[in-house]
Amino acid sequence: MSHAVSESLSDTLLDARDVEVTYPSRGFRTPPFRALKGVSLDIKPGETVGLVGESGSGKTTLGRAILGLAPVSSGSIRYGDRELVGLDRAARRGLAHEIQVVFQDPYTSLNPAMLVADVLSEPLVAQGVAKSEAADRVEMLLGQVGLPADAGRRLPREFSGGQRQRIAIARALALEPRLIVCDEPVSALDLSTQARVLDLFIEIQDRTGVAYLFVSHDLSVVRHISHRVAVMYHGEIVEYGDCEQVTGDPRHPYTKKLLMAAPVPDPEMQRQRRVERQRLALL
Amino acid sequence: MSIPAPEHNPQLLAAAIAPREGVLKKILRDPFGSGGIVVIVVIVLLSVFAKLLAPFDPAYVDIQATNMPPFTDGHPLGTDASGRDVLSRLLVAGQLTLIGAAVTVVISLVIGVVTGLVAGYFAGPFDHAASWTADMLMVLPSKIVLVALFAVIGPNTVVTMAVLGVMVSPGIFRLVRSLVIGVKNELYVDAARVAGLSSRAIIGRHILYTVRAPIIIQAAFIAGIAVLIQAGLEFIGLGDPSTPTWGGMLQEAFLAMYKAPWLILWPGLMIGLFVSAFILLGNAVRDAMEDSAKVKVPKKDRLRTSTMAVTVQPGRRAANTPAIASGSALLVVDSLVVGYPLPDGELKRVVDGVSLSVNEGEVLGLVGESGSGKTQTAFAILGLLPEEAQIAGGALFFRGEDLIGMPEKARVKLRGKSIAYIPQEPMSNLDPAFRVGFQLVEPMRAQLGLSKSEATKQALELLARVGIPDPKRTFDAYPHQISGGMAQRVLIAGAISCNPDLLIADEPTTALDVTVQAEILDILRGLQKERNMAMVLVTHNFGVVADLCDTVAVMQLGRIVEQNSTAALFAAPVHPYTKMLLDSTLEGTPARAPLRRAESPVRVITTEDDRPREEALNVSRSV
Repeated sequence: MSHAVSESLSDTLLDARDVEVTYPSRGFRTPPFRALKGVSLDIKPGETVGLVGESGSGKTTLGRAILGLAPVSSGSIRYGDRELVGLDRAARRGLAHEIQVVFQDPYTSLNPAMLVADVLSEPLVAQGVAKSEAADRVEMLLGQVGLPADAGRRLPREFSGGQRQRIAIARALALEPRLIVCDEPVSALDLSTQARVLDLFIEIQDRTGVAYLFVSHDLSVVRHISHRVAVMYHGEIVEYGDCEQVTGDPRHPYTKKLLMAAPVPDPEMQRQRRVERQRLALL
Repeated sequence: MSIPAPEHNPQLLAAAIAPREGVLKKILRDPFGSGGIVVIVVIVLLSVFAKLLAPFDPAYVDIQATNMPPFTDGHPLGTDASGRDVLSRLLVAGQLTLIGAAVTVVISLVIGVVTGLVAGYFAGPFDHAASWTADMLMVLPSKIVLVALFAVIGPNTVVTMAVLGVMVSPGIFRLVRSLVIGVKNELYVDAARVAGLSSRAIIGRHILYTVRAPIIIQAAFIAGIAVLIQAGLEFIGLGDPSTPTWGGMLQEAFLAMYKAPWLILWPGLMIGLFVSAFILLGNAVRDAMEDSAKVKVPKKDRLRTSTMAVTVQPGRRAANTPAIASGSALLVVDSLVVGYPLPDGELKRVVDGVSLSVNEGEVLGLVGESGSGKTQTAFAILGLLPEEAQIAGGALFFRGEDLIGMPEKARVKLRGKSIAYIPQEPMSNLDPAFRVGFQLVEPMRAQLGLSKSEATKQALELLARVGIPDPKRTFDAYPHQISGGMAQRVLIAGAISCNPDLLIADEPTTALDVTVQAEILDILRGLQKERNMAMVLVTHNFGVVADLCDTVAVMQLGRIVEQNSTAALFAAPVHPYTKMLLDSTLEGTPARAPLRRAESPVRVITTEDDRPREEALNVSRSV
């Protein structure tokens, strides 16, 4: 094998090509719903790819397709040298070490009836780690996400939204994955909590080299955490490039519209942005 | 920074650890629950040790002593028509009843829960087959089947009750199946799937555990029903005459009704007690598992606090006179305190002495994080606080009129006409059963006294004004047929339909996409200018404040920490909390730099390296 091929392979952790997800129609004679219309995206090891779009754009569906939670009707998702599309449940379980998830809603993503320690040790035990070793790991994980060690003895409902999201992050880290799909992980949080959780994401990435697919509707959040950004609109990626370029100097009209629509916390700047947006809308 | 981060505040964390109470403990504390358990346990013990406790052999016939009243000749409950001891028969009869009820419950649970879990979780062909079978079983009249069964197999209580168990299992099946379908798409089930748990582990650990409460409750009810049906069958003579049963005793007592009416009392009492014990226990289990720690406010208390608020006002009014006399302040909130009673009788103050004023045509932004009390303040102004909330102090004036002391009727009139409201969740604020047009026209007719056609015409104009492209189509649509952005426009149209002086918007764009948010903000700004309407805008987004507001009040933990004109506040925030919040906004911060090779963990494994490819890939560790 030539060095060139080896290099290009080692450079890509996940490579999605022409992924289509179609949901069958509910009503009579209504066409099936195409949530993803041939989406291609690659993620490098240790990289954050931000996936930004509005509701219904398919950004969450792409994350779920990578996680094996959405039915891919065509296209391919390669992880290293493995094809993820069409894996059965059993084969998919083997990927738990590689790809993990942090969901948006910290209230429904943790089983309300389970102690935090059980939530965190569950993936470990499922992968054959001894119980005593798992308990040690749980304590370490809680420390990693900035929670006290005794947090394990409590139920999720005893924690605030930000703390729950830290628990969800600890659960994702438990198996030391190389890719975490983060589906709007900070959008349910308060402003100050959001900033701290984002910093935690970045700190963990710097330390462990994990890659993120960071799904969000908020361009400013994506801009803060991403190395590269993909913009989705109606099931397609309309712009994909370096973070600074996409979020600072967008090329596609939709990305421009998205950027201009977000209000800035400065009355004068916001007035200018508003005028600019209204000018763009008239074009 | 001097502000303790709420997330890491050890005090808050400590406060969050309330002593956990086991479900069993809660059931025992509930008088109905403990009573039910005591009755069931006593009856079970009496039945199990019946042979030891019974003063006579239940089959021993004393022809000399038939239909004896209670407390005669060593028969505490008397004797029946054949001269047998009633107490002994009653005790022994419990055995078969308990066995029968247990058989029914176990059989129906095993069949119902297992099939329900599998059908709900995996769906597909098994679900179809199981649901079809359940439907078939449900249309069979169970009592007639049991009567027919008696004709075939004769008196055999265990088999009869087992068949009953099968007959009632569809009820459990359908319950479990629908619960599972509701739970299986929860995010924590998805997370368990991603974590590599097998389907069996997910069903056992996550799903069964979550749906267990309704199953236990249903089982308690089935036990009660089983006892009733068994007694009913025995009463109509389909029991085993050789063994005493409660239903059989009831039947015998019924035949001796005129000679010894008291005989009917004992089996009737046992059946009644036992069945009600199960039903009460079921209810107690439900209450304990639903974990409702509701605090009931005694009516007396509520009255007292409201009169207190009223009596406070004269003094307050004097203090406020300057603001009102100036005539410019449309809305004055003075030292408002809103609280919720805690179980220990204390008041949890969610709004703690908030004072603000809004002039005609002025837009006030009320900013804060969750739990800051901003929404509670807005609801207090609207008079829409939940029932258990108490206004524990302060005053509210609208155009100099006292809002708190105002009779509810006048308040209703004010709301909608002079003070309008835009909610956060547009969809949940439209009634799905009525067309959009109807929901716009009705308030206009009620508040403005317009005719139907006039109101319709105005509603269509308003819909066009809030930027709805095809007003007629939206007017005729049901809420589920329009998008969230359209629904919010409809609610804005509704809010301004009666020309309010004050519009209270509670996070009006939080649930919307950012491009839609910009359009809604444009509409609000336009309407506000056009009608010189005052607005209170509750939001957590400083960008929205910068876009729309003239003045800002920043709230933290029920108090206003800083209040200023928008320009001044953004230019020079004073309070550390405001500074911290503004520092937390990401708008306008620099973008993260592109991933340098140096940051990548595969950096060391470059092409110069001669390691085998598997390692260079560094992704196939666990293959």
